[in-house]
Amino acid sequence: MQILNKPITIITGHYGSGKTNAAVNLALSAAQAGQPVTIIDLDIVNPYFRTADFIPTLQAHDIQVIAPVYANSNLDIPVLPASVDAAFSQTERMVIVDVGGDDAGAIALGRYAKKIEARGYDLFCVVNARRYLTKDSSQAVSMLREIEQAARLLATGIINNTNLGPQTTPEILLDSVSFAADVCAKTGLPLVCTCTTQPVSGLPDPFLVTRFVKAPWETDQEDHTS
Amino acid sequence: MAEKYLMKGNEAIAEAAIRNGCIHFFGYPITPQTEVSAYMSKVLPKIGGTFLQAESEIAAINMVLGAASCGVRAMTSSSSPGISLKSEGVSYIAGSDLPCVILNVMRGGPGLGGIQPSQADYWQATKALGHGDFQLLVFAPATVQEIVNLIGTAFDLAEKYRMPALILADGMLGQMMEPVEFPEITPKPAEKPYATTGTQGKRKPNIINSLYLQPDELERTVRERFARYDIIKQNEVRCEEYLTDDAEIILVAYGATARVVRSAVEDARACGIKAGLIRPITLWPFPEEAIRNAAARVDHMITVEMSMGQMVDDVRLYANGQCDVHFFGHTGGIVPTPAEVLDQIKKYAGGAE
Repeated sequence: MQILNKPITIITGHYGSGKTNAAVNLALSAAQAGQPVTIIDLDIVNPYFRTADFIPTLQAHDIQVIAPVYANSNLDIPVLPASVDAAFSQTERMVIVDVGGDDAGAIALGRYAKKIEARGYDLFCVVNARRYLTKDSSQAVSMLREIEQAARLLATGIINNTNLGPQTTPEILLDSVSFAADVCAKTGLPLVCTCTTQPVSGLPDPFLVTRFVKAPWETDQEDHTS
Repeated sequence: MAEKYLMKGNEAIAEAAIRNGCIHFFGYPITPQTEVSAYMSKVLPKIGGTFLQAESEIAAINMVLGAASCGVRAMTSSSSPGISLKSEGVSYIAGSDLPCVILNVMRGGPGLGGIQPSQADYWQATKALGHGDFQLLVFAPATVQEIVNLIGTAFDLAEKYRMPALILADGMLGQMMEPVEFPEITPKPAEKPYATTGTQGKRKPNIINSLYLQPDELERTVRERFARYDIIKQNEVRCEEYLTDDAEIILVAYGATARVVRSAVEDARACGIKAGLIRPITLWPFPEEAIRNAAARVDHMITVEMSMGQMVDDVRLYANGQCDVHFFGHTGGIVPTPAEVLDQIKKYAGGAE
């Protein structure tokens, strides 16, 4: 399954849908396939749990990371570096963008919309049937529309990243298949993939991911139960 | 069994408050607590509630005072610097014997400090969130689910004892995503004969006030309030003990830090050290008896906090010299790791392997 087909792939969605985890996994899979990759942490909304947390892992795979100037610092100032603009102009590296949650986070994307359109992009909306405010497909669709408006870009696909963190079970994933199909039907967009940490039969377009985003007290042992 | 959803701590707080009948929210945004306001602003207008972003934290807490005077369940939330701004209003609410719920999602301090998680407002929450002789009910949840479960308790007890309740969370809890379920809740707000809801010509006007012209009248009022505090100390202490029965070394921690310590306690057990954990769930009233009893059984206790050591004062007070009480912590937004805590356990447990 080929998920990354365009020079720029944008990962957006409701906060807590698992955008960062999806973006980090996509970047690693492209890098492992030999593709030069740049990942941009464009999240100016969330103070914690972000792509910039994984800079050492990403850099170990020769992935270039561009993050807001004060990411993970004690400053609450949403400043994006000039290198974001440069990344959308170059042609050597594939670009993956991790956007902040909701329409508020997508505003940061709007500033680059023209350049992104000119280069060619996919904008994937990550949905999670186990997020409280987007548990109905119609709620997920309105959120997607709000994001498109703020981003000044149209979505091109849906990533089903339904999860309950470490308590995710195959049943929860299988339950979410019809939810994701509803979102696709209501928007006319294709399902890009269904993220899962373990092989589950019956999942459409499965994409095997590692759960990187973790709490400080989670040890490696608990990891295997996810 | 209710269905489980993944929620950010801040969202879960907001949803749980709404489900417990609090549809009046007054706040002012500040990281890492802003999602509470954002959630309330999305949901409350749809269900006939009030979401009001005030011009400042000071205005917001005084709007809570007004709403509570009218007998409704009202709430405000903020993070450390914003809570300091609210302190005058909190004192007025306590002095007016009004119930409300206040949320502090703590960040690094003092001053503007930083936006990363912290527990450096323990002293403020338990000793002096405002001037004058008064206490707050202080709840310290450790998981997003526990936040959900405690919000209703906070409203109920605030109304039962007519005093403000504070939920003391930290940035980690506010920002992290965890699975939660919402139990079926039928909120039962207490009768509020004191509320200023209009006399309909049938009674004398109710007056909500914290000003007393005569010192003896003020002293009597404060003494009555402290008699209520004594009842609370008897009846409302909550704490969790984990593996303390046979423990030879006992750790004390609350909130998100307690989860780091719990992992360290398990690691210590795997190394053959009998460690245990006392996790205060109410910080006021403080679990005095649990500390006193534990201190009588062990040689060493270690308090772990995301501060320079604040709760450790209370642990030492109630251990009362029965054992050594040590402190380990980080401040400024650094979260202690299970490995660091395990090192501390090994140090005081005599280096067992």
